Amino acid sequence: MKDVTLRMAWRNLWRHWRRTWLTVGAMIFSNGLLIFAMSLQFGSYDMMIDNSLQAYSGHLQLQHPRYLDEPKMRYALDDVTELAERLRRELDLDSISARADGFALASSNERSYGLQIIGVDPAHEPLVSTLPGLVKQGRYLEPGMPGEIVIGAVLARNLKVGLGDELTFIGSGFDDSFAAGIVTVVGIFESGIADLDRALAQVDLAYFQDVFAMQGRGHSLTVRAQHVDDVESLQWQIGELLDTDKSLSLRHWDELQPGLRQSIQADMASNSFMYIVLIVLVAFSVLNTQLMSVLERTREFGTMMALGLQPARLSRLVMLETGLMTALGLVLGIGVGLVINLYMARVGFSYPGMDEVALKFNLPERIYPSFTILSMTLGPAAVAIGSLLAALYPALRLYLLTPIDAMRAV
Amino acid sequence: MSAIRCRQLCKTFKQGDEIITGLDHIDLDIETGEFVCLSGPSGSGKTTLLNAIGGLDTPDSGEIHMGDIRVDKLERGPLADMRLHHIGFVFQAYNLIPVLSAQENVEFVMEVQGVPVAERARKALDILKEVGLEGMEDRRPAQLSGGQQQRVAVARAIVSHPDLVLADEPTANLDSVSAAHLMGLFQELNENHRITFIISTHDKRVMSYAKRLIKMRDGKIIGDEAQ
Ligand SMILES: Nc1ncnc2c1ncn2[C@@H]1O[C@H](COP(=O)(O)OP(=O)(O)OP(=O)(O)O)[C@@H](O)[C@H]1O
Ligand SMILES: [Mg+2]
Repeated sequence: MKDVTLRMAWRNLWRHWRRTWLTVGAMIFSNGLLIFAMSLQFGSYDMMIDNSLQAYSGHLQLQHPRYLDEPKMRYALDDVTELAERLRRELDLDSISARADGFALASSNERSYGLQIIGVDPAHEPLVSTLPGLVKQGRYLEPGMPGEIVIGAVLARNLKVGLGDELTFIGSGFDDSFAAGIVTVVGIFESGIADLDRALAQVDLAYFQDVFAMQGRGHSLTVRAQHVDDVESLQWQIGELLDTDKSLSLRHWDELQPGLRQSIQADMASNSFMYIVLIVLVAFSVLNTQLMSVLERTREFGTMMALGLQPARLSRLVMLETGLMTALGLVLGIGVGLVINLYMARVGFSYPGMDEVALKFNLPERIYPSFTILSMTLGPAAVAIGSLLAALYPALRLYLLTPIDAMRAV
Repeated sequence: MSAIRCRQLCKTFKQGDEIITGLDHIDLDIETGEFVCLSGPSGSGKTTLLNAIGGLDTPDSGEIHMGDIRVDKLERGPLADMRLHHIGFVFQAYNLIPVLSAQENVEFVMEVQGVPVAERARKALDILKEVGLEGMEDRRPAQLSGGQQQRVAVARAIVSHPDLVLADEPTANLDSVSAAHLMGLFQELNENHRITFIISTHDKRVMSYAKRLIKMRDGKIIGDEAQ
């Protein structure tokens, strides 16, 4: 260190080492906490996204361009089974499944209810949706077994049907023809998502196409990415592949489930408030430390001014001291945050009662932090900026000093 | 640059309702290379006059010229620059920076002046040797005696060979040996480098080094004679 000013700034920090360590400690604590909280928060968003999308809608869906706004039977895709086959092959990704959607009135011996009846590909559906895994009674559909149906638990209760019972349903087919069938309940699922449990039923896609006169058509190809972070690149890849085909549009999960992004944003906003409170507290601690440190050195600053130093130079000294303190808090704080995150990435985070909820709704039992550059640096950067801004007041106060008065100060 | 001319300098201080006279219509001319002592009883205005000449304090009325420069009319920035590059201060209370070693205290001002690293290290060591602090370069002010601290302060003031040195009772806290040593150093710098010295003092021994002795009382100059 050839620079005397830098040496002076560094040593000034340790004139009151307890006070400095308290402030740096507050920074380390906040940085560690912010990193941990944000990583966990981002991790829980990933989990929320994964779980609510995996239950049914998938990360991406290929649909007729008008189907999203007007989910009508006639906005269908041709030859969905072949299209799904082609995409699976070209993208080398198995988690792509074709579906066809319809509405029907279902009747048991006792009652009738309206339901959403979905034709699915039993071989691939388990790869895009967790619903098949949520069958609590009986089993899921099997390939090559027409005439079977799985329904939600609430619907089963409402219709008063159990495994092995028969249901008849009537609806209108693709060509507005009359569509009707008799199916046997082979499975009852419980997803914990009210809409699905109350009104959803699944049958074999080929059977659906037959009954509803679809002639090979379907309404969507549902795609699940390996990880939610891969969605955008997958979206781009599929876009490239289907570049010229204007009869298809690829929908992002944002569009499929607009409520999800909104609830994440609402959660972010409420968390941000806590973060800001924490950052403001640290900033005040820096303000206090630096103000005291400047006030008790008034004589010294007076001497330096008498020797010919400009106030700007003294302000820079104070900012340099704050900068060194902040850098210390930043480096050590990121270190602490990293250690906590590494530990959490290993053991996962859970709170009392979480495992029961998880078991019930087929969720993971633990949340794992999401390691992103953003979650590791956003908090510490905000703390650093807050600290430097707070030090501006004591630093700029030096412009008010005159050498004579300052040297006379005690 | 260092020829000093003061005309009708007045300075008063308010203390409650009382108005205290610091300087009362001072006229004073000091030529480049002079070695001047200001003497007078406590409260006679010596410090006030030195502060005014050094641009640390502005007079209420009157003029101060240093060479072609009107010191009392300078803005804060240029005034600080003038002190940095042309004036060396020695304060009665030493006023060293406690976290810096003797050498660093001397180097610090040179760093601000923009002296290159290697040159300032060499100059600092040379001047500390000259004031008799060889081997103590790495000591902090707290590890030095009063006299040694004052010598560091002197080294800091003169290391860049200013045009003018203003010393306010530099020997007040020194034993007679240190005081004599310091005055010898001042004399040598004055003679070899033509640095102008204005030294305020109560000390008869210091006055004996002066080539010109100015006596003050109640903010007025009551005697001014060459010796
Ligand atoms: N900031 C101030 N506020 C009020 N009065 C002051 C101030 N500075 C100086 N004075 C007064 O101005 C007069 C001259 O003071 P000055 O410090 O110049 O005297 P001095 O000759 O240096 O005295 P000493 O030998 O004790 O240092 C004194 O009466 C002193 O009380
Ligand atoms: Mg005095």
